[in-house]
Amino acid sequence: MSNLNRNKLITLLKVQYSNMLEYRVEIALWAISGIIPFFMLNIWTNNNLNESINMSNIMLSRYFLSAFFVRQFSVVWVVFTFEEDALLGKISPYLIQPLNPFFRYFAQHIAEQITRLPFAIIIAIIFFLVNPESIWIPSLSIFLLSSISTFFSFLIQFLIQSIISCLCFWTEKASSIERLLFIPTLFLSGLLAPVISFPDYVKSWIYITPFPYLIDFPANLLAGNMTNVISGFIMQIFWILILFPLFKRIWFLGTKKYTAMGS
Amino acid sequence: MNKKIINVSNLSKSFDISSKQPGLKGTLKHFFKREIKSIEVIKSINFEIKEGEIVGFLGANGAGKTTILKMLCGLIYPSEGEIIVSDHLPYKRRASFLKKITLIMGQKQQLIWDLPPIESFNLNAAIYDIDKFEAKKRIKKLSNMLEIENELYIPVRKLSLGQRMKAELLAALIHKPNILFLDEPTLGLDINAQRNLRKFLQIYNKETNATICLTSHYMKDITSLCKRVICIHEGSITYDGKLDKLLKKFSPEKDITITCRTYKDVEKLSNSGLIIKNRNQKEITLTIKKDEIKFILKEILNKYDIEDLFINEPPIDEIIGEVLVNKIL
Repeated sequence: MSNLNRNKLITLLKVQYSNMLEYRVEIALWAISGIIPFFMLNIWTNNNLNESINMSNIMLSRYFLSAFFVRQFSVVWVVFTFEEDALLGKISPYLIQPLNPFFRYFAQHIAEQITRLPFAIIIAIIFFLVNPESIWIPSLSIFLLSSISTFFSFLIQFLIQSIISCLCFWTEKASSIERLLFIPTLFLSGLLAPVISFPDYVKSWIYITPFPYLIDFPANLLAGNMTNVISGFIMQIFWILILFPLFKRIWFLGTKKYTAMGS
Repeated sequence: MNKKIINVSNLSKSFDISSKQPGLKGTLKHFFKREIKSIEVIKSINFEIKEGEIVGFLGANGAGKTTILKMLCGLIYPSEGEIIVSDHLPYKRRASFLKKITLIMGQKQQLIWDLPPIESFNLNAAIYDIDKFEAKKRIKKLSNMLEIENELYIPVRKLSLGQRMKAELLAALIHKPNILFLDEPTLGLDINAQRNLRKFLQIYNKETNATICLTSHYMKDITSLCKRVICIHEGSITYDGKLDKLLKKFSPEKDITITCRTYKDVEKLSNSGLIIKNRNQKEITLTIKKDEIKFILKEILNKYDIEDLFINEPPIDEIIGEVLVNKIL
């Protein structure tokens, strides 16, 4: 896999950020469309469901706002872009450049996250205006730790989707597999409900999967709720270390099968 | 003497293709059990290309020209045989190899659609580890050669096809590759844009001694750039040699258009036993074997009152078309 150095990364980010700014309205709409956690908060508080898990309304509000933020900065869509590019032969010019094409997609995601930031802040301000009792300012260390765990969450999802993307060298419609994975991600990641609220038999196995570390762990960290920071980070790093070599292998095998269709 | 830069031996490529019968029955059968066929698109071909050569790959659609280019640049893996390009195995896609080559496909673009081309050039410069100062110098030189200095800051989507193709070329050449793989580079361009592109490639080849492998359906691209052609038919090489030799072999005749002063002479010429290709009022076009031209022309000039005379070169498209379609090699 061709190496990424500082200059390549900075130039990639600069160019992709300029490109993303061309789609600022689209990105604003995407940011607004990520407000599922607020709907869930409404359902939880209106039905007093928080009492069953010993979480106050304020803690729950902060959890769902944090979940919204984590989601905003860990959304991954590489499978859809890559599938189109591979099937139409658009990746051909990138495959013969001394840089793995996935770095381009990676930079696109980071650039999109930077573009999303102001919109996410505006949504958070509106949230605080509606729920002033939920206002909190996390300490610098908590903020840094939760930022790192959100980035790890993004990395895990990016690697999972990249592995699925590579399957389109064999199946051509790899995004169908991603759609299959979307359901457990939605329910088990903590986007719809904190993992703590899950039945005990689910909690007995869920923590060995990558799902709770995608939203629940970084969101609890940011909200200042009780969570095992060390084991959370260990599991995130564990999954990254599992997924990265798997991606490299499947990429190597997949590009051997590439037929450069459509070109 | 130029050294060998591309060496291909016993190269084959097969693709697995699933076929489906029409209708509901065929669809259901295809759903439960796919019929996969392996089709050999390149059949054990051999050739060598020397440094600085410009070689044209000729063939009908689906003959395998583009597949050969894709294997030469490392985009796809060969099924059998060996390819060595600039001392590298292309399919390994080592950075040291990728920095020496470029692939330009007329129907594919690498420029970022919504940004001005300069952004893509800067990005490519970074990808190929070219420092900023050097990149700026190269962009200035190439944009000057390609005459697109004024288009560097206009979003790609607003450029004309010709301007876009020039920008694609600049993006593909910023790292000074010494082997260029060009797949239909003039596709869709108007005559002027085609001519400019050819002129640029000639200059680039002369200045850098770059090797160019080219496929094109526009014969003008081939005749003005390539001294050597490789004809491909159904995955096999049917001719590999000088273009001139190929043309001589397949165009033993020339057309001569004669304008007579009187209708009487036109009538006489028509009945002289020569092969008439066309006749229009006082103008008559004859097809004459190349080795008989001198003798026949002398006779015509002596016998008839001629107002004008024109020797036509045979249309190269027709000759190549004949070679490719009728497989007469």
